Amino acid sequence: MTAAAGESAAPPGRLARVPWRAMAPLLVLAGLCLVLGLVAPNFATTGNFGRIATSAAVPAVLTIGATLVILMGGIDLSIEGAMAVAAVAAALVVVAVPGPWGAVAGAAAALATGAALGATSGLLHVGLRAPSFMITLGMWFIGLGLAIWLVGGGTVSVRDSELRSLALVRIGGLPLSVWVALGAVLLAWVVQSRTRFGRALYAIGGGEDLAVQSGVPVGRVKIMAFALAGLCYGLGAVLAVAQLGQGNAEIGEGRLFAAVSAAVVGGTSLLGGHGGVLHSLVGVIIVVVLSNGMILLGVPPYLQQAVQGLLIIIAVAVSLDRRGQGLVK
Amino acid sequence: MLIGENLRKSYGNVEALRGVSLEVRPGEVVGLVGENGAGKSTLMRLLAGTQRPTGGRILRDGQPVTLASPRDANALGIAMVFQEQSLIPNLSVAENLFLGQDRGFVRSGLIDRRAMREAALRHLAKVGLDVNPGRRAGELSFAQRQMVELAKALALEDRVERDLVILLDEPTSVLEQAEIDLLFARVRALRSRASFIFVSHRLDEVLAISDRVYVMRDGAMVAEAQASEMTPTELHRMMVGRGVRTEYYLESRQAPPREEVALSVRGLGKRKAFQDVSFDLHQGEVLGLAGVIGSGREDLIRILFGFERPDAGRMDIGGRVYAPRSPAEAVARGLGFVPSERRTEGLVMTLPLGANITLARIRAAMAPWGLSRRRERALAREWIDRLAIRAPSPDTPCRHLSGGNQQKVVLAKWRTAGSRLLILDHPTRGIDVGAKEEVFRLVRDLSDEGVAILLVADTLEETIGLSHRMLVMRDGVVSAELPAPAGGKPDQVRVVEHMV
Repeated sequence: MTAAAGESAAPPGRLARVPWRAMAPLLVLAGLCLVLGLVAPNFATTGNFGRIATSAAVPAVLTIGATLVILMGGIDLSIEGAMAVAAVAAALVVVAVPGPWGAVAGAAAALATGAALGATSGLLHVGLRAPSFMITLGMWFIGLGLAIWLVGGGTVSVRDSELRSLALVRIGGLPLSVWVALGAVLLAWVVQSRTRFGRALYAIGGGEDLAVQSGVPVGRVKIMAFALAGLCYGLGAVLAVAQLGQGNAEIGEGRLFAAVSAAVVGGTSLLGGHGGVLHSLVGVIIVVVLSNGMILLGVPPYLQQAVQGLLIIIAVAVSLDRRGQGLVK
Repeated sequence: MLIGENLRKSYGNVEALRGVSLEVRPGEVVGLVGENGAGKSTLMRLLAGTQRPTGGRILRDGQPVTLASPRDANALGIAMVFQEQSLIPNLSVAENLFLGQDRGFVRSGLIDRRAMREAALRHLAKVGLDVNPGRRAGELSFAQRQMVELAKALALEDRVERDLVILLDEPTSVLEQAEIDLLFARVRALRSRASFIFVSHRLDEVLAISDRVYVMRDGAMVAEAQASEMTPTELHRMMVGRGVRTEYYLESRQAPPREEVALSVRGLGKRKAFQDVSFDLHQGEVLGLAGVIGSGREDLIRILFGFERPDAGRMDIGGRVYAPRSPAEAVARGLGFVPSERRTEGLVMTLPLGANITLARIRAAMAPWGLSRRRERALAREWIDRLAIRAPSPDTPCRHLSGGNQQKVVLAKWRTAGSRLLILDHPTRGIDVGAKEEVFRLVRDLSDEGVAILLVADTLEETIGLSHRMLVMRDGVVSAELPAPAGGKPDQVRVVEHMV
């Protein structure tokens, strides 16, 4: 009998015990910064780091949300739709409610819209036993359609609202939105690593049938995860509206690719069960630093896009553990 | 005290349990033995709450209970240690131990990891396992995982105010001897807290650890005995039954095989699986492979069909070297594989019968202008007639066919592909008695046509009944080669002696 066959190669020394696979994204980030620091003179400056942090805020919040779903082995394609409808809702409410409370009401409206859309995805996914891929693909367009219908294809300006202080007010040299995003990351990390809900996400990603057998309320956890993801997209919408000073249906364009690639580049497995919020944060920073660096180096915009596409493929190729995996679909 | 009364379970038309009763008393270790398909696993699933009986009832401490889910069973102090590895590999040992049961560790919304770790250490100590509860389950050896699963079952103690019943389904199949000894020592030590039902194929083990033994056969409980009064041989005799059913296997149709060698194997070996296997398989011969799980016979057939490559030895087909790098090469050399997982590996269940038959040789349905549906249907009709497949039409999706008819479609596929050597891996698994007889008839037909057959069957009786000759494997080597001519079949007990 070969009991040893299942034993992963026993770690012989201290070096081998370092979880290289988990650390890889961080090393990539370090290497990337080092190279850019050498070749792009403007890269390693306080101002540029501030720009990187500012442009990472929205993707970070979105990616954190997507990570909750991806950890379960699911996928959420509704990011752009949820963001669009949440952004439009925020802008409309800000305009409708006068005074300083308009900003608060607008933000609350965006969060509620996002969470509601997410919860609907979750309910449909669990209730219909339909793949999350298809349900959220549908929700993407439902959200987008609703958003365009609400504003009639135009944009709603919130240029003078207090909501803009998220982008304009700076603490420690960084806009408020960066701190909000950091807070969201921290909160998500606590939820992911220290609560029963977080534990259940990993269990579902690692083996859904086993989780069911062990009495994990899988349906409830899934709905909750989609709702929280939607909440994150709502928050992302608020930050984006604050940055742009307007709400429209196109506000989410290109965000899905950025979020999913950041999650994957950070080492969160699309098969579920591996990675997490911090991984995704590192992934977001890698993606943002890379695009920042390419801008500094004057790489043509379309080529930048191609490089990002290449990045996601490389990340998947490097991170996949193909052992014992018969089929790839 | 746990009692099953007259339990029944049917899957479609197949009756897996036909009124089975058993009783487990506090502090007792009860052995449960029977051949593959006798119904042991089904019975365990009913008691563990993963499936519900179609008849009969379960009593726990005198009260009739409904076990609708593993959760219900757990609440009544019944836990199963699964045959398949059932720990989630990406979670830590501690997280696995308390998966779904972690409510007690929540302090103001957050999991108290220190408390969980301490509880995990306490439970691991009970089974004598010294691993860091923070390690991922996937990093542990199979033996360690088995112990964690046992600890997980025993962790019920903290939540249930009664004695536990722990179901051990083939717990030793992945363990080394030293680990088995350790497991048994633990089971003995834990008898003050729990009773056990122990399922195993290894009869000596069952007798060593059990107080009482139940024997199942064909979905029924055929015997109950004190372990101290039994020997493995007697136990086995009860498992297989005394009745000699020669005609069941159409022995009178068993003709001597031909002279020509279909496949010649010399000194074949695969590290950690088997070594030095040699045999000649003749045209028209049925060669039965006998051996317990882990004897190496599964690995052998995987290599023969090109799923894996051997480390040593050589194979020849028709005087030319046969070294398949993939199943496609095996098929090209005239091999066919009838897998035990018919639904996932044998047929594309959503495709019609005709498309399945041409799956391995699409050329059979090709016309000059492309794939001809008309030819495919004609071919399917031909096989429906030849093999008496009960199907409404050649366009019927295979998922609508019964198990026996599905198996016929698999055979038709390989016959269409021109296979001259078929590997039958548990060809009668999960099909009813009538369909089994038809499969036996097909085996005889194939044999008459000169097709060579390598058979791995569900039961020893079936292997002996169908084979011309048997290779018995034990611990990766051929321990015996036994002739099994019509009228001179070897005794089952003798075959078992070479297996264990």
